[in-house]
Amino acid sequence: MAEVKYLSEHYHKKEYRTLAGYKANGGYEQLARALKMDKQKIIDEVKASGLRGRGGAGFPTGVKWGFLPNNGEPRYLLCNADESEPGTFKDRVMMEKAPHQLIEGMIISAYAVGAKKAYIYIRGEYMGPAMILEDAIREARDAGYIGKNILGSGVDVELDLYLGAGAYICGEETGLISSLEGYKGQPKLKPPFPAVQGYLKKPTIVNNVETLAAVVNIIRDGGAGYRKYGTEKSAGTKLFSLSGNVQKPGTYEVPLGYPLMDFINIECGGLLPGRKLKAVVPGGSSAPVLTAAECADATLDYENMAAKGSMLGSGAIIVIDDSYCMVDVLSTITHFYHHESCGQCTPCREGTGWIEKIIHSITHGEGKPGDVDLLLKISDQMKGRTICALSDAAALPVLSFVTKFRDEFEYFIREKKSKVKGTQIYAQMHPSLGGAH
Amino acid sequence: MSFKLSADGVKYVQNELTRYESKQSAIIRALYRGQDENGGWVSPDVVAELSRVMDIPASQIEEVSTFYTMFNKQPVGKYHIQVCCTLTCGMLGGRELTDAMMKEAGCKTYGDVSPDGLFTFNKVECLGSCDTAPMLQINRDPYIESLNTEKGLQLVRDLRAKGGRQ
Repeated sequence: MAEVKYLSEHYHKKEYRTLAGYKANGGYEQLARALKMDKQKIIDEVKASGLRGRGGAGFPTGVKWGFLPNNGEPRYLLCNADESEPGTFKDRVMMEKAPHQLIEGMIISAYAVGAKKAYIYIRGEYMGPAMILEDAIREARDAGYIGKNILGSGVDVELDLYLGAGAYICGEETGLISSLEGYKGQPKLKPPFPAVQGYLKKPTIVNNVETLAAVVNIIRDGGAGYRKYGTEKSAGTKLFSLSGNVQKPGTYEVPLGYPLMDFINIECGGLLPGRKLKAVVPGGSSAPVLTAAECADATLDYENMAAKGSMLGSGAIIVIDDSYCMVDVLSTITHFYHHESCGQCTPCREGTGWIEKIIHSITHGEGKPGDVDLLLKISDQMKGRTICALSDAAALPVLSFVTKFRDEFEYFIREKKSKVKGTQIYAQMHPSLGGAH
Repeated sequence: MSFKLSADGVKYVQNELTRYESKQSAIIRALYRGQDENGGWVSPDVVAELSRVMDIPASQIEEVSTFYTMFNKQPVGKYHIQVCCTLTCGMLGGRELTDAMMKEAGCKTYGDVSPDGLFTFNKVECLGSCDTAPMLQINRDPYIESLNTEKGLQLVRDLRAKGGRQ
């Protein structure tokens, strides 16, 4: 088992980005087939495939689609392209290399769930991919794949792009909906879930870019065929974004269940010469960190990551070698969550700020005895008490970093410098500028 | 010193008003347009003008403009340089890169405009290009990736040479 180009089969071809290039490689053939299928049959195939949401939560896609009420109200399909989980960049790669794959997956999915309107919510910083997508949408509309009576089927689906403006929280599906409606991107209490009451209070399905693109392959190979790769509970392949201290960072597609260390050593060329693995953040910055020992037998699937107390998340793997200080690494993460908290819920708004201040004081050599326990206490009290999962996502890295690398934190507080010899700590090298880190 | 959208700008915003299911959804695009036409930032006048053109309460436009980080609430230089400093970029030198480039550009603090009016620097959160860390974005242009200090300093010099011409 090694890298498998199942979704990314044609990504190396430059022309794949254009309609002509996409069609020359089998593009839009599955849309034509799907439009002749019964809607329920498509939903059944997606359920049978075992496809789980690739944005981070890993919720079964077909089950999510099944939550739509049959009340005759208009429905919406939204593609979550607000990719902002630190470490994640696979959706950007997909949109840049294969915009029509996403469009085809969206039109099929919109037909299946009975949505006549679909939007791609893309983060504002992704102007490059947004321009590629706008061109692709225009091409697809001109060719009759978007709009009224698609391919003579009588099915109407409109598709448009919506640009965000810099807010991690808009990747949370109810925050995304608030933003799309033209408001602050603040999440809403669930229930009601978007499938029942979403965009403009109408039934709405929100799926990730990679999830929707995978629907094309499910139509082609059937639900059972999709299961050719992966494990029982983690079916199919996934695109992983790997960054940090490796030779060849980048986006690679592997079957779920693939060994983490093989991924790092084979696909990504291993660590830099003379370095040792210290830790891996396996699923974006919200996922609890794994120690090198925990990585040894880890596999890239939902169940193994859960068994290890972490999560597969968005498939963003950040490799940290022994030349880096865990206190300093955590400082960039705690700053992130404090900056991105939307401010609605007190435990998150205040907790992320307290945590950042404590970490900031430690890296500046002003840590106090008891800070480690205080960090653990605050983080613990941020879990499960807020409208959305950002507060938990901010607490989990702190709890795992501090628990698993407690000696580095205690050393830093005591000695006012990093335990890692020879490492340069930003806060100590650039004190004059102050700054948030 | 009141701000007025150009005739093209008004046309653009009016078109956006009908693009989505509700006209409020046009606010973000309208704010980008207003920011661009106002030299890179959203002043109170921009909000007032958009409110007039869009017939949406200024409070609602203000709410959106203050929530999202890509709307600048104070003047910025011609090149607003946003350096990613989260996690991988933070580990691989994004923060040091920001400070080195700021010094070269003559900026004293984050958000500051350099004396020549060309540069503003801000450290920003994960831009989704972690395999090319450290990296940055100027204004809303495509990313500049795989940087190091030398490349960053050269970028400042190149932009300064280009000056106000572009």
